Amino acid sequence: MFDQDKLAELQKQNQAYEEKLAAHTKKRPERQEQFTTDAGIAIKPLYTPCDLSDFDYGRDLGFPGDYPFIRGVQNNMYRGRLWTMRQYAGFGSAEETNKRFRYLLEQGQTGLSVAFDLPTQIGYDSDHPLAKGEVGKVGVAIDSLLDMETLFAGIPLDKVSTSMTINAPAAILLAMYIVLAEKQGVPQEKLNGTIQNDILKEYVARGTYIFPPGPSMRLITDIFAYCSKNVPNWNTISISGYHIREAGSTAVQEVAFTLADGIAYVQAAVNAGLDVDEFAPRLSFFFNAHLNFFEEIAKFRAARRLWARIMKERFGAQNPRSQMLRFHTQTAGCTLTAQQPQVNIMRVAFQALSAVLGGTQSLHTNSWDEALALPSEQSVLLALRTQQVIGYEIGVADTVDPLGGSYFIEKLTSEIEEQAMAYIEKIDQLGGAPEAIEYMQKEIQNSAYTYQKEVESGRKVVIGVNKFQMPEQRPGGLLKVDPAVAERQIARLNRLKSERDNARVEKILAELRRAAATDENLLPLIIAAVREYATLGEICDVLREVFGEYKQNIVF
Amino acid sequence: MSEQSERPIRVLVAKPGLDGHDRGAKVIAQALRDAGMEVIYTGLRQTPEQIVQAALQEDVRVVALSSLSGAHLHLFPAVVEGLRREGAADILVLGGGIIPDEDIPVLKEAGIAEIFGPGTLTSTVVDFIREKVSQSNLNSGSKT
Repeated sequence: MFDQDKLAELQKQNQAYEEKLAAHTKKRPERQEQFTTDAGIAIKPLYTPCDLSDFDYGRDLGFPGDYPFIRGVQNNMYRGRLWTMRQYAGFGSAEETNKRFRYLLEQGQTGLSVAFDLPTQIGYDSDHPLAKGEVGKVGVAIDSLLDMETLFAGIPLDKVSTSMTINAPAAILLAMYIVLAEKQGVPQEKLNGTIQNDILKEYVARGTYIFPPGPSMRLITDIFAYCSKNVPNWNTISISGYHIREAGSTAVQEVAFTLADGIAYVQAAVNAGLDVDEFAPRLSFFFNAHLNFFEEIAKFRAARRLWARIMKERFGAQNPRSQMLRFHTQTAGCTLTAQQPQVNIMRVAFQALSAVLGGTQSLHTNSWDEALALPSEQSVLLALRTQQVIGYEIGVADTVDPLGGSYFIEKLTSEIEEQAMAYIEKIDQLGGAPEAIEYMQKEIQNSAYTYQKEVESGRKVVIGVNKFQMPEQRPGGLLKVDPAVAERQIARLNRLKSERDNARVEKILAELRRAAATDENLLPLIIAAVREYATLGEICDVLREVFGEYKQNIVF
Repeated sequence: MSEQSERPIRVLVAKPGLDGHDRGAKVIAQALRDAGMEVIYTGLRQTPEQIVQAALQEDVRVVALSSLSGAHLHLFPAVVEGLRREGAADILVLGGGIIPDEDIPVLKEAGIAEIFGPGTLTSTVVDFIREKVSQSNLNSGSKT
């Protein structure tokens, strides 16, 4: 990109600068002996064209909306439409969560994101013994289509896009959403939204798995195949680095392990006979926005370029939409402190800004009180307003990829991409992501422990925790989930079971049991089952019988 | 020679309930191990009964429970009760995770010795365990 003669001249000047600087810092040492990103990438005092000597604009950057999409997936990005402001919400009963949804929509939120409770995520109804104490706690309890009808009451499904954080039982929740839309008179072709549906990161980092990898991957490819024909605007998976990062990985590991998981899904679908350009346009991603500001921006950009190259070169994808990495971002929950919790407002704002400068398609901003409890209505509002300030007041959305071309950002982007690629090659050698679950866990765990030791030694500063501490009182007004929700939910479930046509439920579940043992696509039968108000637990039990359950190998 | 250097303190780090957040549990497990203790980690999704059985089988002095899902009021006391039923009330039970302040007295009343929330230094937990174990050794008098 740079004229070679001028570059040679510049290199001389740069060398002179470095010598002067060395003499200066000998007399006046810098704040730290060395500066690195959170992933440990060395940071120099200054970046110049000398750091990008073999840089080629056309090859390495290109234009937004075009391969390799590093500058963004749309040609004018946020000048057309801002990112989708999508706050993850759900607690207690479907009624309460429906109220929170409507409140957020009234306040200018532009998409919904459903948090389910753990029994729902692990395929148990609210009356299961293992659900005791967990019903409605980290999200809304959904046992059947009946609860989904309440959850979306008064919300027209052709007007909103809905993201559902559901993985092992993703096919069942998607089926409920499709039937619910049908009842509202909205055809499935018109539905917009996302299911997380990313089982590999559940094994690696998040823990809400049910079935072993083989049948889980089959359910995922069944969804890809069904949606590519019937629900064309649905994001069939959200391949997630978020939880990998929350579990303690570095930014480089987040990119590497997420894309390695992505490669496994694409490979599984190709092996099942699907055409890559038919399903790949509906793959989406989900990343974390952590604290190291420039590293995060570079991470988002690196992930985009790396995925484009993988899809084109490894899988021969021709459709540009198959090559573009579209992603949701959530600010890093693990960086929220219980100490001086209002400082979290600032952390979240900077993290959100990095996501926007990194070109995110949608964004969740955490609430300041989340290290203490589920967020209150007031704190969620403040988190949403933070996004609105970024979108409407500070002008950062007015040009595409404003940091593109920064010597530092481009250098860092390339370094993250190279290091992530080295990890992906290592995972390939192990046989791909499904074979490398324990390897990834070990890597993440080592990073988490290193981070903790840095906090304890004070090398890593956390305001309020190891620096600038002060005596404080815990804030009031925290959200408390009504403990009676479990009882009400169980009563509702019992009523449903006495009112529905149980013979039809039995018949369709028997049919599902038969089909699960074949390689038939299970989506049509799961849709038929939820239409008869078969419960999530009943459907998962049938699949558990046929598929078995995943047993975690303890890596420690 | 002190009891501590002769026989390392054995600790069971456990994840009761359906919660999958085990970063904290694993960091604590590793820190206790680095501090010279013998640590067993149960992995995810353990019922209180399973945790009690593991504590007895592994003959531990300490059980460290971690939950971030809000189910602690059900799960933590159930572990303490189970240990008492099995005649193992002397096992020290600790808790960590996202535990609201108002729940802490309830849990202590139920027999959880201490609750360690977000931001706790691992050295604080190590010191706490060492102190409690050596106190109980002095009190029982038999193990020194």
